[in-house]
Amino acid sequence: MLLTLSWVLPLAGAVLLLLVPNRGGSRDGVIRWLALAVSIAVFAVTLGIWMRFDGASAEFQLVERVPWIPAFGIDYYVGVDGISLLLVVLTGLLTPIALLSSWEGIEKKVKEFSVFMLALEAAMIGVFISLDLFLFYVFWDAMLVPMYFLIGIWGYDQRIYAAVKFMLYTMAGSVLMLVAILALAYMHSEATGSYTFDLLGLYALTIPAETQRWLFLAFTIAFAIKVPLFPFHTWLPDAHVQAPTAGSIILAGVLLKMGTYGLVRFAFPLFPNAAVEFAPWIAALAVIGIVYGALVAMVQPDMKKLVAYSSVSHLGFVVLGICAMNVQGVQGAVYQMLAHGVSTGGLFLIVGMLSDRRHTRLIAEFGGLKNSMPRLTAAFLIITLASIGMPALNGFIGEFLTMLGAFLWDPRFVVVAGLGVILSAVYMLWMFQRVYLGPITNEKNARLADLRPREWASVVPLCALAIGMGVFPSVFLTPMELSVRKVVERVQAVQPVQAGNEENTMQKANGGMQVVRVSARAVR
Amino acid sequence: MFTLQLDAVVPMLCVTLGALAAMGGEALRGRGPRMPVGWFGIIGLAGAAASAVILWNPTPDAFREDFGVIVADNFGLFVTIVLAAVGILTIMFSSQVIHRDNLPAGEYYALLLFSIVGMIMMATATDLLVIFVALEILSLAVYVLTGIRRDDLSGTEAAFKYFLLGAISSAFFLYGIAFTYGVTRSTRLSAISQYLSAQSMSADPMVLIALGLLLVGFAFKISAVPFHMWTPDAYEGAPAIVTGFMSTGVKAAAFAAFARVFLSSFEPFRDMSAAGPGWAPVVALIAAATMILGTVVGVAQGNLKRMLAYSSIAHGGYLLVGLVAANAVGKAAILFYLLAYSVTNLAAFGVIALLGARDRANDSLNDYAGLWHSSPGLAALMTVCLLSLGGIPPTAGFIGKWYIFQAAVSAGYYWLAIIGVLTSVVSVFFYLRVVVMMYMAEREGAPQPAHVSGFGMAALALSIAVIFYLGILPTPILDFANDSIATIF
Repeated sequence: MLLTLSWVLPLAGAVLLLLVPNRGGSRDGVIRWLALAVSIAVFAVTLGIWMRFDGASAEFQLVERVPWIPAFGIDYYVGVDGISLLLVVLTGLLTPIALLSSWEGIEKKVKEFSVFMLALEAAMIGVFISLDLFLFYVFWDAMLVPMYFLIGIWGYDQRIYAAVKFMLYTMAGSVLMLVAILALAYMHSEATGSYTFDLLGLYALTIPAETQRWLFLAFTIAFAIKVPLFPFHTWLPDAHVQAPTAGSIILAGVLLKMGTYGLVRFAFPLFPNAAVEFAPWIAALAVIGIVYGALVAMVQPDMKKLVAYSSVSHLGFVVLGICAMNVQGVQGAVYQMLAHGVSTGGLFLIVGMLSDRRHTRLIAEFGGLKNSMPRLTAAFLIITLASIGMPALNGFIGEFLTMLGAFLWDPRFVVVAGLGVILSAVYMLWMFQRVYLGPITNEKNARLADLRPREWASVVPLCALAIGMGVFPSVFLTPMELSVRKVVERVQAVQPVQAGNEENTMQKANGGMQVVRVSARAVR
Repeated sequence: MFTLQLDAVVPMLCVTLGALAAMGGEALRGRGPRMPVGWFGIIGLAGAAASAVILWNPTPDAFREDFGVIVADNFGLFVTIVLAAVGILTIMFSSQVIHRDNLPAGEYYALLLFSIVGMIMMATATDLLVIFVALEILSLAVYVLTGIRRDDLSGTEAAFKYFLLGAISSAFFLYGIAFTYGVTRSTRLSAISQYLSAQSMSADPMVLIALGLLLVGFAFKISAVPFHMWTPDAYEGAPAIVTGFMSTGVKAAAFAAFARVFLSSFEPFRDMSAAGPGWAPVVALIAAATMILGTVVGVAQGNLKRMLAYSSIAHGGYLLVGLVAANAVGKAAILFYLLAYSVTNLAAFGVIALLGARDRANDSLNDYAGLWHSSPGLAALMTVCLLSLGGIPPTAGFIGKWYIFQAAVSAGYYWLAIIGVLTSVVSVFFYLRVVVMMYMAEREGAPQPAHVSGFGMAALALSIAVIFYLGILPTPILDFANDSIATIF
């Protein structure tokens, strides 16, 4: 029940909000509080799911399965494992923060805004918990509609272009995935005589290698667009920049993770032969994205666009870790998904605060903000360092583990990816210096208000998590370990046992874990 | 001996009686307040739907009510129910339009109902000549309905174009029937089927010519490329609600007959065999061209009715994919898609009709700017209809497209499925344009809420309920469709 509750609750909240009459914005305050209350309740539900989750089992837990369309073997089939659990919690965390950030930023049609945000939350959680491919596809496409409206109505000047581009680009990828899903179901019906869209049933299917390639490509295109993987990333800068702050937080914090989640959950395990075959190419694209994203971020005059390109760069690490398909790599990838959600969510949050105050996002317009807003500066510094991957903060764990996993697989990628780490420090610290350090260059920046209580409430959880995830990583690593191991074993099973493949990686994995634990203890 | 079972024609009789009552009521009323003529139609259609449900045979044995040339098998009864739904929704939307535009009510309803009689006949007929008669019945009524606004130049032009082209295509169809008769010595579908399956090894050129001519006739009615030229002009010139009726009812009836003729009688000639070409590759090409043209040209349209005309051409293409796939999934998919598409399209045209005014049709894209501010309910309903037409979950259109593409993939037509999904994405672009206009564009002046009559509101609510019901809990109707095809195919 808990899983169904986690997506029905925000949807019910959205419907409830629709019924509140709000002619001319008379009840904006009530609606904002109501929406916040619903989203916090959903967060509590996701925490409850975490409480109930048993990290000692690699199976899907809290499973609910009800026949939905028996003619096609489509069930309402939901469950969480270690990989999706924390993504669900992340979604539950970021939605109230996003709603809080929009308290003053969104003035018109507050009711509809809140309705769309809650509907979006329902769809996002649905994506992460679906174990039936049809259900997954329904939530995946359904998630596009509220996001489209959020960008298109409450966004900035180029919002319509950005919203339409976002929707069509993502849909184009996902419809190819649709054909692949249909082909999978048909193949299952040919092999066993009954249609099914159940993921575990389809895992068991043996698919000839040639077909696997096409199906893998179809799935991967859809997810590559979402991640976004270079060169399918061109929708991202527009969508992120034109979206309202809350939209950007959700887009960067959660929606991008759906692409990488799809790779780990669907593309790689369903088609292991093709995955192993194409992994080097995908990793190459990821690494190109890391460096390209970083280089382009460096020259951006607009803060939001800089952070958007930094997302392209950081998610390249996630994809690299997934392609490595060993325990460290995938664990690092999942951890980096969470860390990136927290840190990029925080980046967009604070950039949004700045843009709410000054109605501009250009770096040149700011300067020396530490003099007028010291607390905001401190928060931004923590988030920036987390994003760069400084040890003791969450980004370090994720990037370190992914690069360790990738190194064990193919060291060449890590050499280039390491360059990306340096570059990310360059552009982030340079932006920090230009915006916050030094004397105040622009008169208007002198009288800006520092963090207000509402803004404290949204920033503190993210900063706390950035530090907490960096210092106590095992709290977050332990639940996912067994599930990650299961995925890796499934894909590795098709590879011929190479010299020192499984055994050495296990030892190195333990060694790596020891290193991490030692460093954590050392910091404490 | 009178062995024909009259039960088979009861649905048609109900609607005919309704039409006659409408005609009589209008003719015999004195001057003065209008009669609620529409109610006769609703009662007749409800009777038709009820009798269709009663006649529907849940146990798929071979028994069905047989009136010789009309057979009330499950397939025809499903389409009858769809047509009754289309008719009822049209009448509900029409009441406001007739009152507002001062259209001749009695003639309008009588023509509408007679057209539905023709459609039901076309869906349940098992004889080519009866299909032709039904085709003419429904077409002539629709031609007149297209030009029912006699003082409107574009309406008259549309009616004339439709009539001329329709007459030519009917001639093609009749010629095809003649050739079929020449080869098989019968126009009864069952006899044709028997003859052709016995002859399937040798491809008689006459049969191929007959197939070609029949295909032309059907393709015109369903607006398949390259016989679609009449559609945008006819749809644009007709009153919006008539366009809605045309795009859904005529297509449903034509597809029912198309499926019946080609998938049961001409089944032996479906695929290319050693003896010669079959019709499946040709129809597959037509389907692909239809989908592509419908969506690509639809992008360039600035008039909403024209845009939806091209969109309905594209939807005809998707239905053709189901026809080409021709497995059990494909045939059930055609039925389900017809229901989902009919309700959705009719609701969309209903919104356009309700937003029109006496002197101007209000159907250009700019007229929808800022609709969210003036009529948020209508904007939301239109958005749901457009999302359903685009195939975005959780709407009926998504399940329909899923079903059709499942059929195509299962039959091995991967290329058609890929073209289908990609054109869906393109079509979402022009559906979204309307949404952009409604939600994200501003309009000068104070927002004025559109006036919608009670009937119109009820029809819209009913349509939206059906769209979401079919989108979220499609199982009963899916099973219904699946069971409906077992008897004849």
